Amino acid sequence: MDKFKLPKMLISGAIFYAVVQILILTGVLNGYFVVIINRSLLFVILACTLNLINGITGQFSLGHMGFAAVGAYVSGTITTIIFKLSPHVFGDNLIFIAAIIIGGIAAAVVGFLIGFPSLRLKGDYLAIVTLGFGEIIRTILNNIAYVGGPRGLLGIPKFSNFTVIFLFTFFTMVLLRNLVCSSHGRAMLSIRENELASELAGVDTTKYKVLGFVVGAFFAGIAGGLLAHLLQIAHPTQYGFYASSILLIMVYAGGMGSLTGSMIAAFSLTFLTEGLRVGIDWLRDSVGIPIGTEWTMVIYALLLIFIMLFKTEGFMGMRESKILIIEEKRV
Amino acid sequence: MSVPVLSIQKMSHYFGGLKAVSDFTFDVPEGVIYGLIGPNGSGKTTTFNLVTGIYTPTEGKILFQGEEIVGEKPYKIVHKGIARTFQNLRIFANLTVMDNIRVARHFTTKSGVFASFLRLPSFIKETEQVREECMELIKLMNLEHRAYDVAKNLPYGELRRLEVARALATHPKLILLDEPAAGMNPKETEDLMKLVRRVRDEFKVTIFLIEHHMKFVTGICERVKVIDFGETIAEGKPEDVVKDVKVLEAYLGRKAVVC
Repeated sequence: MDKFKLPKMLISGAIFYAVVQILILTGVLNGYFVVIINRSLLFVILACTLNLINGITGQFSLGHMGFAAVGAYVSGTITTIIFKLSPHVFGDNLIFIAAIIIGGIAAAVVGFLIGFPSLRLKGDYLAIVTLGFGEIIRTILNNIAYVGGPRGLLGIPKFSNFTVIFLFTFFTMVLLRNLVCSSHGRAMLSIRENELASELAGVDTTKYKVLGFVVGAFFAGIAGGLLAHLLQIAHPTQYGFYASSILLIMVYAGGMGSLTGSMIAAFSLTFLTEGLRVGIDWLRDSVGIPIGTEWTMVIYALLLIFIMLFKTEGFMGMRESKILIIEEKRV
Repeated sequence: MSVPVLSIQKMSHYFGGLKAVSDFTFDVPEGVIYGLIGPNGSGKTTTFNLVTGIYTPTEGKILFQGEEIVGEKPYKIVHKGIARTFQNLRIFANLTVMDNIRVARHFTTKSGVFASFLRLPSFIKETEQVREECMELIKLMNLEHRAYDVAKNLPYGELRRLEVARALATHPKLILLDEPAAGMNPKETEDLMKLVRRVRDEFKVTIFLIEHHMKFVTGICERVKVIDFGETIAEGKPEDVVKDVKVLEAYLGRKAVVC
């Protein structure tokens, strides 16, 4: 009999959670840092699920934030309506979790509707369809007065905190890892490696491309819902092409096909964005160089060019940390 | 007489105005090693692409075990029991040898997506069973020292064997081998011939292969069909076919035969 060992993911997750909680309680991390950590965790979900579509199944989606928007608006609308009617309803946390999951399901349905017809396309064509989809979602949200139109959906109750976001991120990563390390995950990987050979190894390639898309959309919807309940607002511009391209940079910087890489990139790029904001403000106010925070996008663009030229495989390549691998017996 | 494994009836295929395959009619009987030979551009690989569903023939029928398969999607044809290898290897380069083979075994597994998300006991049991089965195939192909290596690090000869193993993992009744001996030295070719025979005998499969290597074809095939420019020019036992005047013409040119 094997000795019972605690799963590596559980241990590392618990350590991360404990360290951050202790730092918060002892006052080392102020509210500002907690927000950045929360955002980083949400970007971990978004980047890893985009990686499932782009890096693992080998498709090319440019509109990932569109799914997050669907999740954010659906769950945000549900909780706003319920808690406006009765602010102290019984089991409010359960209602919140249910709303988040409904948001995820709505995003998954949209993912299916987009993915089913368009995943017959390849490469650039698929990229254009998904890019168009992201813009369509944003435009639709801009024009529905019921969810605030260009003003955004306001007054979403605040439910997301570090613990909630951490738990959702942790379970998302566990499920993603389980999927990638399963027979279904290998079917997805084989499509990336060689679509024709995959088809002739008996893999229903269309089905697995759609599956990757739907699973990715579901978790992106969850991340969007959590973000809306963290910021208490859902605004169309949050989910535009700019945000989707940042996710894309995270996936490429971390390494296509490496969930570990996407996690590292999500954290470092979220912190980098904040660092750049502080740095640019300092340059403007103290040194007197007339630039604004929009210059962060210039830095990002340069970063992407640098990756494409000198480190095509990204930070981790296709390697995966041992924490995110399920080891097998080797006889 | 039993139903032939593969029966091709009046099959033609055009690429625009080019007739790549012209009016082919032939049967591949069960359990034989059947060779399809011909000069470059004669339509051999096109025939394979037609049988595996990558192309749909312009005219004609393809029956697999008496069942019409024209118009089926390639993966459905694989599920029915036709597997193939490729002339220019199509290996999943960044997956391990084990994973390459397990992909081909995937469609026969029963665990759903939710079972794999949650790693239910039934899923783990099935995964273990698949792994053991694939290990058997790996051992058969003498690749056990490579089982957990990434495929792109393997030498050419081992990749060829890996492709055969991957094809076998789909539990086929008919295997199409597209130039299995291409790029192999005489020793490797010899080993491959033994392997192909062993595969046929142990797995009770029918083998349909394309090859340029005449020694390989005459050494292993029980029936041979020779084609040139999409037309059949000879069919029969290999020793008879190689003496056929038309075959010599196709390979060596008319003058060589006359002289």
